Amino acid sequence: MTDQAYNFAYLDEQTKRMIRRAILKGLAIPGYQVPFASREMPMPYGWGTGGVQVSAAVLCPDDCFKVIDQGADDTTNAVSIRSFFERTAGIKTTTSTKAATVIQTRHRVPEMPLSEGQILVYQVPIPEPLRFLEPRESETRKMHSLEEYGLMHVKLYEDIARHGHIATSYAYPVKVEGRYVMDPSPIPKFDNPKLSDSAAIQLFGAGREQRIYALPPYSRVVSLDFEDHPFEASKADHSCGLCAAEDSYLDEVIVDDVGGRMFVCSDTDFCEARRAAGHKGKDAA
Amino acid sequence: MYVAVKGGERAIENAHAWLAEERRGDRSVVELSVAQIREQLSLAVNRVMAEGSLYDPDLAALAVKQSRGDLIEAIFLIRAYRTTLPRLGASCAVATEAMACDRRISATFKDVPGGQILGPTFDYTHRLLDFKLAAEGETVSAPTREAEPAKVPHVTGFLNREGLIEEAPHDDTPPPDLTREPLEMPAERSLRLQALTRADEGFTLGLAYSTQRGYGRNHAFVGELRIGTVAVEMDIPELGFAVEIGEIILTECETVNQFTGSKTEPPQFTRGYGLVFGQTERKAISMALVDRALRWEELGEDNVGAPAQDAEFVLYHADNIQATGFLEHIKLPHYVDFQSELELVRKLRRDAGAEQIQEAAE
Amino acid sequence: MRVQTLEGGFSEPAMQAAQAFRAVMDAMARPGSFQTLNGATPPAPLSAAAGTVVLTLCDTDTPLYLAGALDCAEVRAWISFHTGAPFVAAADCMFALGGWADLMPLSAYPTGTSEYPDRSATLIVEMGTLSGEGHSLRGPGIRDTAHLSLPELEAFQVNHLQFPLGLDFIFASGESIAALPRSTEVF
Repeated sequence: MTDQAYNFAYLDEQTKRMIRRAILKGLAIPGYQVPFASREMPMPYGWGTGGVQVSAAVLCPDDCFKVIDQGADDTTNAVSIRSFFERTAGIKTTTSTKAATVIQTRHRVPEMPLSEGQILVYQVPIPEPLRFLEPRESETRKMHSLEEYGLMHVKLYEDIARHGHIATSYAYPVKVEGRYVMDPSPIPKFDNPKLSDSAAIQLFGAGREQRIYALPPYSRVVSLDFEDHPFEASKADHSCGLCAAEDSYLDEVIVDDVGGRMFVCSDTDFCEARRAAGHKGKDAA
Repeated sequence: MYVAVKGGERAIENAHAWLAEERRGDRSVVELSVAQIREQLSLAVNRVMAEGSLYDPDLAALAVKQSRGDLIEAIFLIRAYRTTLPRLGASCAVATEAMACDRRISATFKDVPGGQILGPTFDYTHRLLDFKLAAEGETVSAPTREAEPAKVPHVTGFLNREGLIEEAPHDDTPPPDLTREPLEMPAERSLRLQALTRADEGFTLGLAYSTQRGYGRNHAFVGELRIGTVAVEMDIPELGFAVEIGEIILTECETVNQFTGSKTEPPQFTRGYGLVFGQTERKAISMALVDRALRWEELGEDNVGAPAQDAEFVLYHADNIQATGFLEHIKLPHYVDFQSELELVRKLRRDAGAEQIQEAAE
Repeated sequence: MRVQTLEGGFSEPAMQAAQAFRAVMDAMARPGSFQTLNGATPPAPLSAAAGTVVLTLCDTDTPLYLAGALDCAEVRAWISFHTGAPFVAAADCMFALGGWADLMPLSAYPTGTSEYPDRSATLIVEMGTLSGEGHSLRGPGIRDTAHLSLPELEAFQVNHLQFPLGLDFIFASGESIAALPRSTEVF
């Protein structure tokens, strides 16, 4: 039931138009961060206000909406955002990746490959991949305009010199269509390959930082690396304790106070579907 | 057997119920009314209006009640409400020289036309806890006299007559709107002032204080501080003239700053400006000092690298709703990122360990 | 005010704008794909599709340039009433609306700056017909290649070469649209 005190999907129409125009420019210039006049939302900055505004601008009454946080549908903030749109847009919601037409996510890309007709909306805290190397927006904007990404390569190379590896394990920077270096949001680098050549439209919203960017379907997205130190999409070297999946990203769960632990899929829908299909891990009952 | 955590929805509902109960506190104590907060915690209400960027004492009082007195939370409630309001138009610039002043002081002259008016200030109270207030409540009434209807001219105007202070020419250019356009650098002064007037009081105070201690010192005198009521007018195109739509209370601070001149400007006094909703003088004075510090470039001063001179640093970090949101979000689950860091640190340690063993063997 | 001016807007603005935007977004995200777009019934010679794009994206914040036959009293009045978009010259516009020949020259429109390439015009081009036969398209949003009946070739190649600067195009015909962002290579 829609809360009648608010417009469909909460935002007023003028705000939605402003966000929609930014989304179109983002799609036309893949990986480029489009400034937009982010609004104050009834949830705090840092809780996904960028993603919520993007979702509000793209949602249609007949959409089926899924929200995940850390890969799970039942984490508290995912629950909160899902109920916000149930209330303000009256849309159907789901936990099934396959059934969803719009998926809002924080920190993960679903394991199941997405299809045409699906939209993945990322919540982004710091959209600027160069921010931790150069805190000034005026400088980083210049670097993007000049395609001056040397600083990023120097940082990654210093990691290799010091540790023998690139010491970035999440929010691992990517280059889009050979032009813009982009922050993929704080997803584990395991998820980076899923950004490239996806059939879905991928939209990124950073509310506090007032930026929207986008990847059209089938965009080329390459994780930055070096010839002698190629990018590696790593994960815990285990299989899921519940569904036995070998190829999904795993959470490490501490099960007692004497060092016991187990590994389970971070993507809860993926894990449940596998278990329903009869797969069984070593820790499953 | 391991069962994944479920029931986020129930947990949230229960948390909200508990929160409501805590807000009410002991039910044997009379509940606060919004009117009581508006009248008796008016400085809290003023701060919420100023940093919430919405002049509505009743709503601000409601926000203070709802937030259990957490003023940043109250400001957030007001901001989130404000953003849903349709924008019907823009008012004319308010005429602070026509302010009906409750308080008006100048630190630069012993006496000034219009007089020094102390008004309802804490300045000379001895900060002794008033136990009578706890025991008996308050019954005092202040002596009154007829208000003088004369205009109270701005103190900086007197300096201006001698050419001793920089000109502040009248400018009718519509300012950019911080709430409708993304903040971009470089930010012109009108945009900086907009950001500062809604900036966190504590952050602005800290920055202003840092300039006094030498981090971009600008030798500020309070040329004038005034608090009072001004009329708000709006042009009505159908009528062809402006009509008064209401009154608001404002605090205005103009600082007079020593300035020995630069490559581009002659020696003269310069200005810092603060204008804030409600009776909020700590904030208005702080705002004027930070405004002046941020003007180093247009006055041809040196950038000494002080935080208060750095517009990008000040403006991107002054908003307490942005700051508190991002700060507090780190308590949300981050276990996916943490897991990837765990794997990385384990891998680095394995490699380092292998190296040490090899070195020991060599 | 004429009745025609007041009519022809969205009957359910929030819902229709949401659906129309999804069609426009799909078109821009998948260059060369065709999307059905209706909801607005604008005065001639504006097509339903182009009129719907205008209602979906334009308002008082979006300066609009009307070219050629579309720069007529009926269209102006309709757009003013339903969106409030100010009418400006090509050089100052965020959106432009017209037939291909009338919109020329493309050099008249803002293509953005190197720091803000998004500050560029989107051209809504009224086409007699629109089909999937014609020039080949390649780039983001396109799996292998797509095909679109473009009004010409070279202008779009020049536009693409300016990337990340450039113009973005929405082609409208009847109740159908297709789009061509600057990122698309045309051959």
